[in-house]
Amino acid sequence: MPPVLELKGITKRFPGVLANDHIDLTLNEGEVLALLGENGAGKSTLMNILYGLYTPDEGEVYIRGKKVEIEGPSDAIAQGIGMVHQHFMLIPVLTVTENVMLGMESVKYGLFLDQAKAAKRVAELSHKYSLDVDPDALVGDLPVGIQQRVEIIKLLYRSADILILDEPTAVLTPQEVEGLFEVIRSLVAQGKSIIFISHKLKEVLEISDRIVVLRRGKVVGETRPQESDERKLAAMMVGREVILQVPKGPAHPGEKVLEVEDLYVLNEQEQIAVDGISFSVRAGEIVGVAGVQGNGQTELVEALTGLRPIVEGTIRVAGQEVTNATPRTITEAGTAHIPEDRQRDGLVLSYPIADNLILNTYYLPPVAKGMVMQREVIFSIAERLVKEYDVRTPSILTPAGNLSGGNQQKVIVARELSRPVKLIIASQPTRGLDVGSIEYIHSQLVKKRDEGVAVFVVSAELDEIMSLADRIIVMFEGKIMDIVPAEKATKEELGLLMAGVHPTDAAAEAEKEAVA
Amino acid sequence: MHEEISIRKARALGIAFIIFGFAVLALFLPGTAADQTTTFTFNLSSSEAIEIPPLTVGTRMALYFTALLSVALGMWQLAKGFKRVYLVLTFVSLLFVLAFLAWAAKGKSMNLTGMLQSTLLRAIPITLAGLSGVLCERSAVINIGIEGMMLAGAFVSALVGSVTQSYWWGLLAALLAGGLFGALLAVLAIRYKVDQIIAGTAINILATGLTSYFSSRYLQVHQELNHPPTFQPISIPLLGNIPILGPIFFNHTLLVYVTLILVVLIHIILFYTRWGLRTRAVGEHPRAADTLGINVFKVRYVNVIAGGIVAGLGGAYLVLSSVARFDELMTAGKGFIGLAAMIFGKWTPFGAFGASMIFGFADSLQTKLAILSVPIPSQFLLMAPYLVTMIVLAGVVGQANPPAADGQPYEKE
Repeated sequence: MPPVLELKGITKRFPGVLANDHIDLTLNEGEVLALLGENGAGKSTLMNILYGLYTPDEGEVYIRGKKVEIEGPSDAIAQGIGMVHQHFMLIPVLTVTENVMLGMESVKYGLFLDQAKAAKRVAELSHKYSLDVDPDALVGDLPVGIQQRVEIIKLLYRSADILILDEPTAVLTPQEVEGLFEVIRSLVAQGKSIIFISHKLKEVLEISDRIVVLRRGKVVGETRPQESDERKLAAMMVGREVILQVPKGPAHPGEKVLEVEDLYVLNEQEQIAVDGISFSVRAGEIVGVAGVQGNGQTELVEALTGLRPIVEGTIRVAGQEVTNATPRTITEAGTAHIPEDRQRDGLVLSYPIADNLILNTYYLPPVAKGMVMQREVIFSIAERLVKEYDVRTPSILTPAGNLSGGNQQKVIVARELSRPVKLIIASQPTRGLDVGSIEYIHSQLVKKRDEGVAVFVVSAELDEIMSLADRIIVMFEGKIMDIVPAEKATKEELGLLMAGVHPTDAAAEAEKEAVA
Repeated sequence: MHEEISIRKARALGIAFIIFGFAVLALFLPGTAADQTTTFTFNLSSSEAIEIPPLTVGTRMALYFTALLSVALGMWQLAKGFKRVYLVLTFVSLLFVLAFLAWAAKGKSMNLTGMLQSTLLRAIPITLAGLSGVLCERSAVINIGIEGMMLAGAFVSALVGSVTQSYWWGLLAALLAGGLFGALLAVLAIRYKVDQIIAGTAINILATGLTSYFSSRYLQVHQELNHPPTFQPISIPLLGNIPILGPIFFNHTLLVYVTLILVVLIHIILFYTRWGLRTRAVGEHPRAADTLGINVFKVRYVNVIAGGIVAGLGGAYLVLSSVARFDELMTAGKGFIGLAAMIFGKWTPFGAFGASMIFGFADSLQTKLAILSVPIPSQFLLMAPYLVTMIVLAGVVGQANPPAADGQPYEKE
C-alpha cells in the first residue's frame, strides 16, 4: 500500500534564501510524524506548500500514490489535508459552529444558513473524538486550549485525514498539552495521520512515532523516539553539541531592587488585568513569571516600565518611587527593558543598528553634545557593542529590520545591558529564537545576576522559567497564585497553578474523592 | 475594583440625569410666562382614518414636569440604580428634547407627526450612506468616498432623468454611477492596496470636481437638462390610514420604501446567509477565511461595488424623490454623517438606521425651529445635525468595535 502522503524533491526559494532544498518526506497511515527543526529551518514553509499557501519552485506531491497539484487551500482541503496553524485561524466574534462551517456552510432553502444542522455535526465530531466543545460558544470566550480543539474540529468537519499541527503546544499549559496529546492519540486510533511540527524535544519524543529533522531547508536526519534522546535530537537540529540546561550557580540575593505593592492595572478593554499583586526582586537573583499568556503578564511589564498607567499601588526601583513615572525616569533609575515584541517595541526597524543602539542614551553625553548628535561617537559605540555582543551583521549601518530574530534581540540586549543597570525586566526574551541565540541570551542574564543585578523574566515557556529563575511567580487572571523557589518547583505543580488551581486543594479534593 | 469602576460610571450617569433636569429649568424657564401654553398637533392631512385632537399644555407645567422627572430618575439611579440604565438615559434625553420643544413652540402650535415624517425623509439619504458603509466595512474596506458616490449618483440621475424624461432611467443611471465609483475604490483599495482613506478622499474630490464642472457648464446653462421627473408618493392602502404612523411611515415615494426594505434585507444577508457569514469572516480575519478556501478579494469586490450602488441610490433619492434638480455639493456632508451613523449603529443595518433617525431629527428640528423663529441664530440652528454627529461620535458611542481587519489591505503570502 502506498504511503498516505509523499513529498519528492520539494524546493522553495525566497529572495536570498533557500527555504526548502529538495526535501523528501513520507507519511504513513495512522502515524504521528514529528517535523523537528529550529525557527527558520523551513518546517512552516514546507507545510504551507503542502497546504497550498505557497507554490513550490520544484518538486511533486503524491497522495496515496497519486500525483496531485495543490494550488490553494481549497485543493488541499479537497485532498483531505487539514492544517492547524501556529496562529489560530479563528474569528473570535463568531460562534464555534460559524467558525467551523465557514467556507462549507450548511444552508436551507438554498439561501439561509442552517446553524442547527452544522451545530449537530460539530457536536457529533466533538463527541466522537472526545473534544468536549460547545458548538454555540463564542470562540473569543474560549480558553486557548479549547480554541485549538475548534481548529481540529474544523479539519474533521472537512473530512481531513492528513492533519498538520504547526507548533501546537506553543500556547498551551502543561495540562493542556497532555489533553492535546490524548486528542492526537484518539485521532490516530481512528485512522488519521498526523504531521506534528515542533522545536520542543521532549514533546516530540513523547508523542511521535517517527522524527524527521530539518536544518537550513534540508532533511538532515530521521530517527525514532526509542532510538534517540534530547541530546542527540538537539545536536541534529543545531548541527553541534548544545548545552540544554542553563549553567548557573546558587544565587546570592542582596537587598530589594524592585518592590511592587498592591498593584492594579487595567487592560485596553478597561478591565482589571493586574489584580492587586505585590512582590519584590532582590539584587543578584532572577525572578521568573510563569503563566499562560493573557493572564496579566504583558500589562504588568508595561506598568513596571512606565508604558501603561497604574490605577493603584506603588512601584519602587532601588528605593526610588517610580509609580506612574515616565519610561525615561524609570530607565534613568537603572532599569533595562527587553520588551515582549522586539519588532514593535524594542527596535525602530527602519533605523540602522547604530541608531538603535543609542535609543536610550541619544540625549546624553558623549552621544550628544547639547543638541548635536556625535556621529563619530555613535559609530565607535556601535562597533564596540556589535563585537562585544556578537551581533552578526554586514555593517552597523544595516537597518535593524534586515537582521534575523536572534540578532535583533542581541541588538536590544546590547543596548539595554551595556549601561550600568540595577534591574533587568525581560519579557519573552527568547521567543522565536534559535537554540544558539537562546543559549547566549540566557548566559547574559545569568552573568548580570552574578554581577548583582536584579533580573525579572516573563516567559510563556515553562521550561525556560524553570531553568533560568531562582524564584518563580505564577500568575493567573491577574493575581499571583504563588511564589515558589525554583529548586522545589515541579512542572505538575506549576501547571496546576497556571490553570488557577492550588496543588494542595487539588490533592485534598482527590483524597476526598478517593474516600467517597 | 471591578465594582468600583462600574459604581463610578453609574454615579456619573445619575448625576447627569439630575443635571439634565436642572438644565431644563435654567435654560427654558426664564423666558416663559406663567400663562403661556404649547399646543402639539398630530394630524397631517385628511388621509388618516381618525382625527387625533391636539394636545395643549401649559409651557411652564411641561417644563416643571420634565425637569422633576429627570431629577427623580437621577436620584433613584444614585440611591438604587437602574438595571437597564442606558434605556433610562435614552428616556431622559427624550424628556430633554420634549422640554426643548415645549419651550420652542410656546404660545404656538407644533405638528409632531409632521416633524417625525420629515425626520424619516431626512434620515433616508443618511441611512443609505450608512448602509453603503456597512456593506464595505463589514468586508474590511473603509469607504470614505460615500459622499462622492452620492454626489455622482445625484448628478447622473438629474441629467439622465431630464434627457429621457423618465425617473426610472435616472435611477438606473445613478445606481450605475455609484457602482462604477465603488468599483474604482475597490480596484484602488484591493488590487493596488492604496491607503483607503486617501483613495476615498480622492474619489470625493474627483466626484466634486466632475459634477461641479459639468453642472456649471451644462446644467445651469441649459435648465432643461436639470429638470427630471420625480417619484410620487404612494399611500399604502389601510396602513397609510393609521393615525400618526400612517403619515410617518406609509405615505412615501418608492425610494423611501426601497430604503426601508434594504435595511431589513442587508440585515438578513449579513447575519443569515452564506455570503454574509463570509463577508463578516473576511472583515474580521481575512487570512482565516483564505485558509478555508474563501476568495477574500472576490468578497471585497462584490461588497464594495454593492456599497457604491447603495450610495448611488442615496444620490438619486436626493434628486428624484425630493428636490427634482441637481445643485453643486447638494449632498452637504450626508455621506460623512452616514459613516457616523454606521459607527454609532455599531456596523449593523438597523443600528445605522436608528442613528440616521437621530441625525434626521436634528435636521428636521432645525428647519422647524427656524419657522418658529426661536431666538437662536439661524447659523447655529443649521449646525444642529453636525453638532449632534460630533457629540454622538465623541461621547455617547464610547468604545465601538469595528471589524477587526477594517482598513487593512489583504496580501496573500
